[in-house]
Amino acid sequence: MQEMQTAAARRAAEAAAAGYVLDRLEAVPRLVGRHEDFLIVTGLAGTARDIARLTGDGAHAYLLGGAMGAACMMGLGLALARPDRRVLVLTGDGELLMSLGALATIAVMNPPNLAIVCVDNGHYGETGWQRSHTGLGVDLERIAAGAGIRATRTIADASGLEEGSRFIREGNGTCFVLLRVAPTEPPAYKRNLDASACRDRFRAALLGAR
Amino acid sequence: MDTAAAAPGWQEELYAVLRQNGVTQFAYVPDAGHRVLIDRSLADPEVHSIPLTSEEEGVALLAGADLGGARGVLLMQSSGVGNCVNLLSLVKGGRFPFLTLVSMRGDFGEGNPWQFPMGQAVQPVLEAMGVICLRVERREDVIPTANAALTMVFKSGQAVAVLLGQKLIGAKPF
Repeated sequence: MQEMQTAAARRAAEAAAAGYVLDRLEAVPRLVGRHEDFLIVTGLAGTARDIARLTGDGAHAYLLGGAMGAACMMGLGLALARPDRRVLVLTGDGELLMSLGALATIAVMNPPNLAIVCVDNGHYGETGWQRSHTGLGVDLERIAAGAGIRATRTIADASGLEEGSRFIREGNGTCFVLLRVAPTEPPAYKRNLDASACRDRFRAALLGAR
Repeated sequence: MDTAAAAPGWQEELYAVLRQNGVTQFAYVPDAGHRVLIDRSLADPEVHSIPLTSEEEGVALLAGADLGGARGVLLMQSSGVGNCVNLLSLVKGGRFPFLTLVSMRGDFGEGNPWQFPMGQAVQPVLEAMGVICLRVERREDVIPTANAALTMVFKSGQAVAVLLGQKLIGAKPF
């Protein structure tokens, strides 16, 4: 019963989401490209499953399962710690909206090895497809630019993905991509929810046993 | 004149101890109680001095630093502890090492009643989220406590808050 209601809410969300056309199941892998190029931090829910599927729940990705609002700042701490590696934060519109101040902090620090991708479906998919602020008109790319992040893009159709994939790999400052996608289900991937085990495996893979 | 302005020596020493222990990320919301540490981090080309818009950003930042093998410290006032609570889920669930220095308000001799609700809640709130609190009230205890905290955090992987009380840093009369 609840599943039927959720599906109905998602269909209503899809019908209402003009301009949100990309399929995240294809768009995220195409934008990220060779995922091994990055150390990755994701938000919870959808973006965690996007990256879990893409990397096979790989040790070079740290996926949140709670602590909503932490993704961008974890990415900053990691990027400052590892200037020799590129760091990708892939997070959702709801998760990013919870920590908009982080965009200001990141803009001030401006590490050149950090890329933030916001997978914006205009909705809180995990909680029943309620509209998010972006679905009601808030433009996160303009907020990122207003915060002072100089390299920003919105990608809303497939024609921007190839250039976007290069964009998140280059530049001499932090970059931000708003990836608009349709409000459809993220991949059904069972990722590891043990935050401590995931920390250990990330550090073991990156730093060796310590 | 408050105690900190009269005797900045322990703050200089505290910065040196943090640096000797490999701390390279100093995150803070600007605060008078941490002025010396903040200024030293800004002037030090070998560390990242990271101004935050809100303290919870620092909790996530330090977890990210740990993933990359770096050590950091979060400098905040007692009121900032309240902003950190849910993100401490990351520290507790992920068993991330976590070090914060908290300059207390709403405590010994406080003259601003707005500071009391959070000031008095600091220790129970931190302890409820699994953060060990070490309180410092005397100048001679600062460095030994900092060394103890550094060992607990970076050798034993614990989450530790050093609470710098108003007997030490001086109570504000406003």
